[in-house]
Amino acid sequence: MSFIVEHGPALAIAVPLMAAFATPLISRAGGRLRELWAVLCLAATLVIVVMLSMDVLSSGVRVYALGASIPSLTSPGGFPIRIVLEVDAMSAMMGLISVSIALLVCIYSTQYMKKYQGLDKFYALLLMITSAMLGLVFTGDLFNMFVFLELLSVSSGALVAFYMGRGEPAEAAFKYVIISATGALMVLLAVCFLYGQYNLLSIGALAGVMQFTFLDKIALVLLVSAFALKCGAVPLHMWVSDAYGEAPVPVTAVLVVVSQASLYALFRVSFTLYGAMATISVIGWAMIILGILSMFIGVTLAMMQRDIKRLMAYHAISQTGYMLLGVGVGLAVIGDVGALSSYGMTAIEGGLFHVINHAMYKGLLFLTAGAIIYRTGTRDLNKLGGLAHAMPVTTCFFIIGMLSIAGLPPFNGFSSKIMIYESVFMFSPVLSIIAILVSILTLASFVKVFQSAFLGPKRREYKDVKEVPVAMLIAMGILAFFIILFGLLPDLAVQWLIEPAAKALLNQLNYVGVIV
Amino acid sequence: MISLPFLAVMVIISIGLSAVIFRRNLVKIVMGTSIIASAINLFLVSLGYREGGVAPIFTGAPRLEMVLPTPQALTLTSIVIDLAVTAMMLSFAIIIYRHYGSLDSRKRRLRE
Amino acid sequence: MKRSSESGMSVIVRTVTCVAAIPVIIFGLYVIMHGHLTPGGGFAGGAIIATMTALFIVAEGGDAADRLGRGMLLTAESAGLVLFALLGFLGLRTTFFYNFLANTGSIFGTQVPFGPNPGYLNTAGVIPLMNLVVGLEVFAALSLVVIFMFSYRKEEQ
Repeated sequence: MSFIVEHGPALAIAVPLMAAFATPLISRAGGRLRELWAVLCLAATLVIVVMLSMDVLSSGVRVYALGASIPSLTSPGGFPIRIVLEVDAMSAMMGLISVSIALLVCIYSTQYMKKYQGLDKFYALLLMITSAMLGLVFTGDLFNMFVFLELLSVSSGALVAFYMGRGEPAEAAFKYVIISATGALMVLLAVCFLYGQYNLLSIGALAGVMQFTFLDKIALVLLVSAFALKCGAVPLHMWVSDAYGEAPVPVTAVLVVVSQASLYALFRVSFTLYGAMATISVIGWAMIILGILSMFIGVTLAMMQRDIKRLMAYHAISQTGYMLLGVGVGLAVIGDVGALSSYGMTAIEGGLFHVINHAMYKGLLFLTAGAIIYRTGTRDLNKLGGLAHAMPVTTCFFIIGMLSIAGLPPFNGFSSKIMIYESVFMFSPVLSIIAILVSILTLASFVKVFQSAFLGPKRREYKDVKEVPVAMLIAMGILAFFIILFGLLPDLAVQWLIEPAAKALLNQLNYVGVIV
Repeated sequence: MISLPFLAVMVIISIGLSAVIFRRNLVKIVMGTSIIASAINLFLVSLGYREGGVAPIFTGAPRLEMVLPTPQALTLTSIVIDLAVTAMMLSFAIIIYRHYGSLDSRKRRLRE
Repeated sequence: MKRSSESGMSVIVRTVTCVAAIPVIIFGLYVIMHGHLTPGGGFAGGAIIATMTALFIVAEGGDAADRLGRGMLLTAESAGLVLFALLGFLGLRTTFFYNFLANTGSIFGTQVPFGPNPGYLNTAGVIPLMNLVVGLEVFAALSLVVIFMFSYRKEEQ
């Protein structure tokens, strides 16, 4: 098995990519074979990523040079010219969550998308989104990051417009692709600035020779704004509600993880590439301000929505604010060693833990909304009612997701939010109070959704609504199990996944030293 | 004195950005994105130029000074990506025209 | 004789398009095959061959887009992509995308002589194979884009 671990970074990207290319050919042999092929390839990718993460967490950064004569020969003759894939603990954590959510969504969509045409393209694009997400988090080269970012926005934009019977999904996808393409072109402009000065493209080599001139600061601003645009932070959030609302429900659950991948890129650029800059705490404060705005404006815009998927999309914006707040506090105190060791590390760990928890409980909430839409055919909260009688298991999963997003114990939302509250309180009490207030508003908004969709008397038009099929229940059940597991035993995740990831983010010299 | 290709790149990027932000017709917005991408390709190619260099395909070259080959590969990748994105956005414009009957971006049906 | 754009252009245009198809396609294949010696390569050559599809539809009229075989183009596109990924996997004994055919003496394996030379086709290993595969794929994909856009145009009437 050391073959899989040694070639792991390249295999984890290449296996779903080749599966995506072969899906139109395999689906000529029938629909069941195509769905089996997609699930099997995603399971194989999950095995590869798990083995790679176990190796990275035990023995440090793993580097892979594409096309070299041995995999670790990144600088032939002392010139760092190869395209390198570099996996450290932070990349491994993001890779694990991406592939897991993609596999569960694929199992869910074998039942949910059964009655639509053009499914071979759906599964091919889903596999391509997985490959592009893994490429974005495993790469150690700036231009390669741009290429995978564009691949991600193109394939997810195509899936947002999947329903062609109405005009609204195409309009939402047009807005999403225009905004994503412009943002990615600004990333390319920043990469051009950096290449023109230093003649290097790989992140480790650039971090070693960067001198933080005025052009480098312009490049940093372009990179931060473009990645914040792809995450859905508040002044740049106009595409989120439309894209999440009009896409098919499995695609929305994957779009959540796509936004987290852009958040990873933001952290990678600020911590590893520019980490040694003297005034990096300004970027930390910028992230804190973006986080506070996202939290507050996201939840207030969500309270007046009638459509269940748009409401959850605005809540996704607000939860992204928590992650930006946590890591921003850590970045703002990165120069002060005492503050960093007392509350800065906890803030970064809280923000990174929230990334995993948010992908899980937001995925579960979107999948339960999909279950409601699958059985009743409507998304409007004013028309739903009394579904708890007919769909008890879905109601139970929705309650788990609702209590988790509000931050109540014993679910995993509480574990990450308490870390954020405590550390941000020691940094500045006002920010922590705003964060707690936003949690209360989130709970209020979801109680409204619960009451109007599930409680109340059974409506006449839904009298023959049954429970959803088994494949959808399995996917939701696995997510609920992990939510409860990370809520009851958070130390398991923090010690094995989050703390190595936070340490790897702060340890810039380790990342650089493997390249040069 | 700023070199002339870089000045042209900045002017063309601002033209493209103003087309994306201020135009109403969907096809003109797509053209704005394509203009920005062309300007960045020009920027990449002009970054690799060295005064008096030869083409980077020799072993045993007549002069030691060569033009950089990496930006040429980056430009080729960027052209392909821009083609795929433009084709997709134009397909969305066709679908929107079929359902809505006009290409005006103010006639939206998705409300806040 | 109807002269609207649905039924295509005149006889002269259609004949000249058929005659001009031969040099254009051969030029496109030349650009694909010599991608490791001259500028161009897989993508540029494939785009040149795909312009013949667009030219054919413009000459014959919008109705002709429905008569072109889509199934074969879809298969060609997927086959091209799968072969490209397979060529990357074949070098996996060393690394992914390793050039396992260069300087070995087998197909495309001749060593490049030192100094200026007119450019030998038999060199550079796995790169000309990747150019061929990418050229096939780009031709199929761009032709499909043009065909689908033209067929949507008919539906709105």
